[in-house]
Amino acid sequence: MTDATFTGESPKRHGSLTASDARTKRRNASEKRFRIYGLAAIGAGLFFLVVLLSAIISNGIGAFQQTFIQVPVYLDPATLDKNGNRDPADLAKVSTFGYTPLIQTGLYQLVRDAGIETDYEDAGDMKALISASAAAKVRDWTLAHPDRIGDTVEFEILASSRVDGYLKGRVTRESIAEDRNIDAGHLDLTDALRESGALHKSFNAEFIFGSDASESRAEQAGLGVSMLGSFFMMLVVLFLALPIGVAASIYLEEFASQNKFTDFIEVNISNLAAVPSIVFGILGLAAFIQFAHLPQSAPIVGGLVLTLMTLPTIIISTRASLKAVPPSIRDAALGVGASKMQAVFHHVLPLAMPGILTGTIIGLAQALGETAPLLLIGMVGYIATNYPDGLVSGFMSPNSAMPAQIYEWAKRADPAYYERAWGGIIILLVFLLIMNVIAIVLRRKFERRW
Amino acid sequence: MDATNAKGNVPMYDAPMRKAAVDVNENKISAKDVQVYYGETHAIKDVSVDILDKTVTAFIGPSGCGKSTFLRCLNRMNDTIDSCRVEGLIALDGEDIYDKRVDPVQLRAKVGMVFQKPNPFPKSIYDNVAYGPRIHGLARNKAELDEIVERALRRGAIWNEVKDRLDSPGTGLSGGQQQRLCIARAVATEPEVLLMDEPCSALDPIATAQVEELIDELRENYSVVIVTHSMQQAARVSQKTAFFHLGNLVEYGETSQIFTNPVDPRTESYITGRIG
Repeated sequence: MTDATFTGESPKRHGSLTASDARTKRRNASEKRFRIYGLAAIGAGLFFLVVLLSAIISNGIGAFQQTFIQVPVYLDPATLDKNGNRDPADLAKVSTFGYTPLIQTGLYQLVRDAGIETDYEDAGDMKALISASAAAKVRDWTLAHPDRIGDTVEFEILASSRVDGYLKGRVTRESIAEDRNIDAGHLDLTDALRESGALHKSFNAEFIFGSDASESRAEQAGLGVSMLGSFFMMLVVLFLALPIGVAASIYLEEFASQNKFTDFIEVNISNLAAVPSIVFGILGLAAFIQFAHLPQSAPIVGGLVLTLMTLPTIIISTRASLKAVPPSIRDAALGVGASKMQAVFHHVLPLAMPGILTGTIIGLAQALGETAPLLLIGMVGYIATNYPDGLVSGFMSPNSAMPAQIYEWAKRADPAYYERAWGGIIILLVFLLIMNVIAIVLRRKFERRW
Repeated sequence: MDATNAKGNVPMYDAPMRKAAVDVNENKISAKDVQVYYGETHAIKDVSVDILDKTVTAFIGPSGCGKSTFLRCLNRMNDTIDSCRVEGLIALDGEDIYDKRVDPVQLRAKVGMVFQKPNPFPKSIYDNVAYGPRIHGLARNKAELDEIVERALRRGAIWNEVKDRLDSPGTGLSGGQQQRLCIARAVATEPEVLLMDEPCSALDPIATAQVEELIDELRENYSVVIVTHSMQQAARVSQKTAFFHLGNLVEYGETSQIFTNPVDPRTESYITGRIG
């Protein structure tokens, strides 16, 4: 017996630990392969992200800069104030057509004073350099400062989009061969003015805060007013979708009994989350505009449509976060004699709040970027709107929204608008990024561990 | 090891009785022919039991025997389960607690409950204890509430450990302290009956000993019903023991009698470790 233990060959089922057998090798090889696939997938994702971001930034960053010309304009009393009494009513009678020649003369004078040689004999020949919006700007300033009539005031006037495009490389001497708005002489003039320092590129706040402009004034168009449109829509969504969604979720999760009817509702909510947004758009058109006669193109209608769209998102995430609250907390509250509602509102809801807020912000971010339903309720197109002058006009007067404005710019013919569409996308992405960061911060801040 | 031997002497479970016999206390809860169904499952069958005032009553039995289910019927915690249906009569001080006019909220203020896992609210120690008195309006002002909280924490035998940090979160305490905090929370609403569902199963032996000592003290003021898996614990803390098996109440009697001289062979098999 004892001999056997020392001399007998014990059957060795396993080989040496230092040499791996064929099966182990295969297993390790397949794990290694899987890791490589995973890394490749992440790498591909990152690559596309980098391509996307660099495309957006390189195409859109130009929209944040604009070309301006410093033009001294003589505010001629002979045209602006024929009666000489500086009466605001009389001053207002002079339309932008009265100001245009003054600006053109100012530019002509500027060119002369700088000693730039040019073939253009007439001040009007140089109008291709100046944005059509210049007259309105000078007029607004003059009406606000009537005492300066008779002086020469230096204005920073937008250059036309062709001149701007020339500085940004979009417009070249070859590309303007067929262009009737500008010719090579204007470009020579642009170069000369730039050397003299009167023409320069600088940061364009108008793009962020201004309103949309007509097809022919790309240099003037801004996202500000449609940003406000989006803001008012988000207000509607927040104040309707959050309370309705949370109330529905609390009822379904905490109070409703489990039966066929609640199952049916649950299935339908999940399905609603997957309904294409354009369907909500046509529903909004039928229900809110054709039936309820709310104004077309108004943020209130857009907000209502987006509320319908956001509700399932909020309900699903709220229910998930209510479910995640441990049942022991409900037991504890009921055990000391809290009613069901007290248990929910004192204990369960506060604990679910971070999840609810996160879901709501994600839902809002989704709604902020939604374009398709807005097509159907008339929030896309050139909507010549200035800033709303109050809450009512903010909700009720026609407006656009950020993504709709971007779509509108992208389909316009002037290539200058193409740049603005990309610029708009940068602003939209910044908003979405901010909202997602807020969601993450809130979740981190209020998350409880036990 | 045959049955007679085991029946004659079970030294392992021969508990030191703190009181020789149960005082002649009056009935607090009496249950008659209670049936509980979960959907189609018949979980509790024909249980009739009288629970005495100022007494600790232990429910023992193998897992799934229905002891927790029955305990939860006593303060209608089973109401929260849709499929659960209770038949028969359960009376507290002679009043049917399943009567249509009974509001379970009022019942639960009278019949407090401590759960298996310590479940303090993720709030301060003070707010944990003050929550019950607040929602029942037991205190007219802050001073009274402070007094109630202190009294409850003293009864929970945790006052000395937490009196300097009433504002720190209850979830930051150790497991045993959390469970005593939960007991303090349960007694803060001045209940008459205290139900405990395996209150020590998540605790270490030292914390268990502290909670057991506390249960013995609570007996002076309350009727305590405790569900436990530990037969030693049942022997240590209770005066009356009920043995449940497969939804039936097999045997109910003085703890000393159940552990030394069980009548039913199933009880004997269970306490000697042959079924369970």
